[in-house]
Amino acid sequence: MSSKVIIIDDEPLARSIVIEYIQQFPDLVVSQVCSNGYEGVKAIQQYKPDLIILDIQMPKINGFEMLELIENPPAVIFATAFDEYAIKAFEAHAIDYLLKPFNQERFEKAIKKWREQKDKSAGEKQTKQLLDDVALTAPQNQRIVIKDGSKIKIIPVQDVFYLEAADDFVKVFTKEGYFLKNKTMSHFEQVLDPSQFVRSHRSYIVNLQQITRIDPYEKDNHVAVLRSGAKVPVSRTGYPKLKAILGL
Amino acid sequence: MIAADHIFLLRWFGLSWTTAVIDSVVNDSLLILTCVLIITMLRYYLPQKEKYVHLVTWCILLTIIAILLTKVILKNIFAGDSEYILFFNRSLWVRASLDFLLLGCLILVSVIWYNWQEQSEQEQRKQDAEKLSKEAELFKLRQQLQPHFLFNSLNSINALIGSRPEEARKMVQQLSDFLRGTLKKEEHQWVTLQEELQYLQLYLDIEKVRFGHRLSTKIEYDEAISEMKLPALLLQPVMENAIKFGLYDTVDEIEIILKAAKEDNLLVLSVTNPFDPETSAPKGTGFGLQSVQRRLYLLFARNDLVSTETKENIFTTVIKIPQS
Repeated sequence: MSSKVIIIDDEPLARSIVIEYIQQFPDLVVSQVCSNGYEGVKAIQQYKPDLIILDIQMPKINGFEMLELIENPPAVIFATAFDEYAIKAFEAHAIDYLLKPFNQERFEKAIKKWREQKDKSAGEKQTKQLLDDVALTAPQNQRIVIKDGSKIKIIPVQDVFYLEAADDFVKVFTKEGYFLKNKTMSHFEQVLDPSQFVRSHRSYIVNLQQITRIDPYEKDNHVAVLRSGAKVPVSRTGYPKLKAILGL
Repeated sequence: MIAADHIFLLRWFGLSWTTAVIDSVVNDSLLILTCVLIITMLRYYLPQKEKYVHLVTWCILLTIIAILLTKVILKNIFAGDSEYILFFNRSLWVRASLDFLLLGCLILVSVIWYNWQEQSEQEQRKQDAEKLSKEAELFKLRQQLQPHFLFNSLNSINALIGSRPEEARKMVQQLSDFLRGTLKKEEHQWVTLQEELQYLQLYLDIEKVRFGHRLSTKIEYDEAISEMKLPALLLQPVMENAIKFGLYDTVDEIEIILKAAKEDNLLVLSVTNPFDPETSAPKGTGFGLQSVQRRLYLLFARNDLVSTETKENIFTTVIKIPQS
């Protein structure tokens, strides 16, 4: 039985060399070659590949951001020329990666390793952990990449008004309304700059730049009123945090 | 000290304590005021060497003003005291010459002091410039040997070897010439526009092989200015910045345009690249541009030689190089 492979790289020659190497494997079929993450997301949805060969530095959204947008990412072999922080992350999670330029032999080794990985769900979990780890390093924490239907939205963090927990998702509120991101509140609390974003409530993280005032609300509680007019709940533990950081 | 001396002198001439003190206070505070005036003036405006004669004029003028003011004030205070006024008139020339001497000394000391300060500042700046230009050179070198660029280029060559060996050979040549240029140019600080553009072309050709049809570049300049000078290896990081910004901020095909022109005594270079205003907050000067700005500051002690602007989806970097 043959396996489907998708190649995602923004440099044409980098794609062609991978195609060349893959041709040595009769059971591997290249379903699609993509030149950026947008095409990658589409192609992965369409072909449901068994393996993707993924470059990291790409236009608009990088390889990691692209993976974040895919619900059940397939097995990945990363191919990169030089990304210090990425390589550190790979090593921390024992994920195989190819350093460009790589030869046929090295590529075969990576394919062999992928085939030998029996437990597919373990690999998926590893990828998820890798993404969480990478998210903590720049430039990932400067923006939030979200899939909105078939569109991909890149939101610079300074444009975020506030975040609200919603079951397994987080609602990211901006001037265009809210977008859903499948991450947890504690993930965002870790990733976002604490001098810019404060968890004012168990279910809310607020952008300090947006706050115009803080009003009392019912007994012991407060609300932060934003420039947009939106009101964000402030809990009893959140209030002193906000006060301290705003210097009230 | 001057005031105390002044008082005792007047006492010696037979004036009363009160008169001596008042005289001294008026005379000396005006003198001190003039001194402060001179020091402040010299701090912000140090005349050139051939204009030192102006300082003598200033000295005389200020002495006259100070003495006249002293005279007016003291004569008002001691209007009824004819003996004092007589004394004052008699001592006028002594006072004037003493004031003049004092001011003269002060000017001399200030000029020497400020000159020395400026010189040591200049020395310091020169030293910093030397040190940092070396650093910049090294930084440039590191940039040109930017691992990402180098490894991706090698990867492209690797791909070409299988499919189009002739082109692989050509690219190896271009990459070598480019790298050799970064090593060679360390010694020569200034190059002509033409030389710099030739060198830049090597870099652009490599990038075009890497990115294929997505990247196109255009260089516009008048032959007449090809002999204008600029610091070596200055343009490449600016172009690199524009290419990166353009290629990674959009998914479309992009065109980078470099224009060079002469404006007064400046060589003005402008580089434009498209970007996406929706997703990238204008960052001012990027990392690559910071090093360019710093280098120009060290060479010209000016901070206004690098500027950037955004218009719709076009980002423009403007570099001005003063010509000597």
